[in-house]
Amino acid sequence: MAKAILEPGSVVDGFVIGERVHKGGMAIFYAVTHPDHTVPMLMKVPMLLEGEDPAAIVGFEMEQMILPRLSGRHAPRHIATGDFSAQPYLVYERIPGDTLYKKIDELPLPAEDVAALGVKIATALNDIHRQNVIHLDIKPSNIIIRDGTGEAVLIDYGLSRHLHLPDLMAEEFRLPYGTAPYMAPEQVFGIRTDPRSDLFALGCLMYFFATGRRPFGDPQSLKGLKKRLWWDPPPPRALNDRIPPWLQEIILRCLAPNPEARHPTAAQLAFDLSHPESVPLGPRAQKLKRDAWSERVKRKYHPASFRPTPLRDMATEQKISTAPIVAVAIDLTESHKDLSDSLRQTVERILTTVPDARLAVLNVRKPNLVTIDATLDEEGRSIHVQKLVQLKDWARPFAISPERMSYHVLEGLDAGAALLSYIRTNHVDHVVLGARTDARFRNILGSVSAEIVQNAPCTVTVVRKPRDYAAETATMTGDVRL
Amino acid sequence: MRIAFLADIHANLEAFEACLADISRRSVDRYVFLGDIVGYGADPGRCVDIVREYCEHGAIALMGNHDEAASGASRFSLNSVAGAALDWTRGVLTPDQSAFLATLPMKVVDERSLYVHASAADSHQFPYIHSLREAGESLQATSQALTVVGHVHEPALYHISATGKVMGFIPIAGTPIPLSSQRRWLAVMGAVGQPRDRNPAAAYGIFDTGTTEVTYVRVPYDIEKTQRKIRAAGLPDILWKRLASGT
Repeated sequence: MAKAILEPGSVVDGFVIGERVHKGGMAIFYAVTHPDHTVPMLMKVPMLLEGEDPAAIVGFEMEQMILPRLSGRHAPRHIATGDFSAQPYLVYERIPGDTLYKKIDELPLPAEDVAALGVKIATALNDIHRQNVIHLDIKPSNIIIRDGTGEAVLIDYGLSRHLHLPDLMAEEFRLPYGTAPYMAPEQVFGIRTDPRSDLFALGCLMYFFATGRRPFGDPQSLKGLKKRLWWDPPPPRALNDRIPPWLQEIILRCLAPNPEARHPTAAQLAFDLSHPESVPLGPRAQKLKRDAWSERVKRKYHPASFRPTPLRDMATEQKISTAPIVAVAIDLTESHKDLSDSLRQTVERILTTVPDARLAVLNVRKPNLVTIDATLDEEGRSIHVQKLVQLKDWARPFAISPERMSYHVLEGLDAGAALLSYIRTNHVDHVVLGARTDARFRNILGSVSAEIVQNAPCTVTVVRKPRDYAAETATMTGDVRL
Repeated sequence: MRIAFLADIHANLEAFEACLADISRRSVDRYVFLGDIVGYGADPGRCVDIVREYCEHGAIALMGNHDEAASGASRFSLNSVAGAALDWTRGVLTPDQSAFLATLPMKVVDERSLYVHASAADSHQFPYIHSLREAGESLQATSQALTVVGHVHEPALYHISATGKVMGFIPIAGTPIPLSSQRRWLAVMGAVGQPRDRNPAAAYGIFDTGTTEVTYVRVPYDIEKTQRKIRAAGLPDILWKRLASGT
């Protein structure tokens, strides 16, 4: 018969039970060892004997389904599963490090620390979302900052949803399951198919960490939970005036009741958090007061534009894949007009077919190592700013909203390495760049485009300047005529 | 053990052979044919012969409503298109082939699984499982952990919890789905020979008893060739037209 209390020293399927590490609401965690496994491990055993709460069992079933299917650095590595017929358990890697729950006594944290944590968590979310998993219980106690690497690891998949597997949780319970302070409004209405629910929870976490106060408190009733659909929390800057407008802009965008108004993907949220200078600031970035009482009442009784509606799973899945980050690298020195136009046309085609795409316009600038004040030209203008102006000018014909565009001048002696580093840190999905046309340079310097094609972890489009085929054929014939 | 499930072949030889070729690359230990080998398509005799040969090597085959009607003793009427196809089928099957169809069982229990063409709720009237209610009726009618059926030509996966809640899921082809032992499952296989879920590719499934994972599989096949044969046989137009759209 299944037990929740295991004696230290006893053996379950070869796992030797060690100390009891933690007793949660629905499970007990033991440190375990096994002769075949050298990594530190935890065994999670559901408490089936105590409560009558069926959520404990269904949550454990869900976690047993989902955890073995997750890979990567942002989820604990699954090691073994014990079936309910004998002793139900899950054994997985014990992540060295503390959960963010430990930070709660230190709140509020400085804005840059909150943003840095936000980037880590959004990066972890992006990783699991790409594996078709929505966490649905993002909160401080479910996030471990791994010792050494400092990466965020997301734990506890008991409320999660795998979009390619049946949802056992969906219709089992009349009350929505989640953690009240962090639950997205659509989740309150039982919708468990939108990855952007995790962005709402992350917004609540960032609000809490930046202000020391939970945006929606900790409501205990369904009515109290539904309030977040129309009730807006005080702007973070009203509680802590050291929060910069850009961070308020990002947090309040995460807290938008309509998931459509949030960042389309976790990768795009991470992008904004790591590039404060390119976050376009709307009215909400500056506001210091909640919306007027009349506005709130209007939203409450006339939810004109938004009511949570279930999405088909396939549509959600497309959402993840159709909101890519596209980067285009522009060579301002070579400035071949034809190539620049071809690049623009290619990018325009991508932006037209993928309406949620986000575009980063990049240029790599070699730092001048000879003089120290290299950032100024003869007339004293900042070269960096000049380059930004040129990039904006290049992108001017695109008719897309400013929050979908950003401009970046990277610095590096090796253009290929600088671009690759940018692509990796910013989760770029598709990079567009021009092929160097002059063979002499290509031979001496090597081709940046070839380096990117070979090493980038994403789709690469190499654009060539249209060539005169007739002339080329003539040259070729000439070569052949010996 | 890995078990392949093929439902509703419906005399579509090209789709059937494409599925068998696909299965042969996936190390499968057992074949289960979930009924309706014949009806609608132009190759009933050849399809029956192949199934019979697999059965001689340990495969399980079940009786479908079209098989029952084609082999003689039909207890109920089919719609006019199916009826026309059936008259034609009866004319081309050899007595041997008809006799084989007549011997097919209505249901088979295999360890903790039940195989039946339409529903565990009634193996003679061939009810369709189109809704949670009908899935629930089937799940309540058996105590087996897994029921595998065909008949509706659209893949689906239903499950019932210990508290009696029935839920459904439209499987995504190619993703192994773990079947938790904490609930009982009803796997509806799509059709090999006449898919109706707007995906014209042939459908079958694999269940791995070791990992308790079920995988729904889709296989493209030469639809135009099948269509030409159905037209040449003079069968009703809808029977070849619907194959290209999977409706």
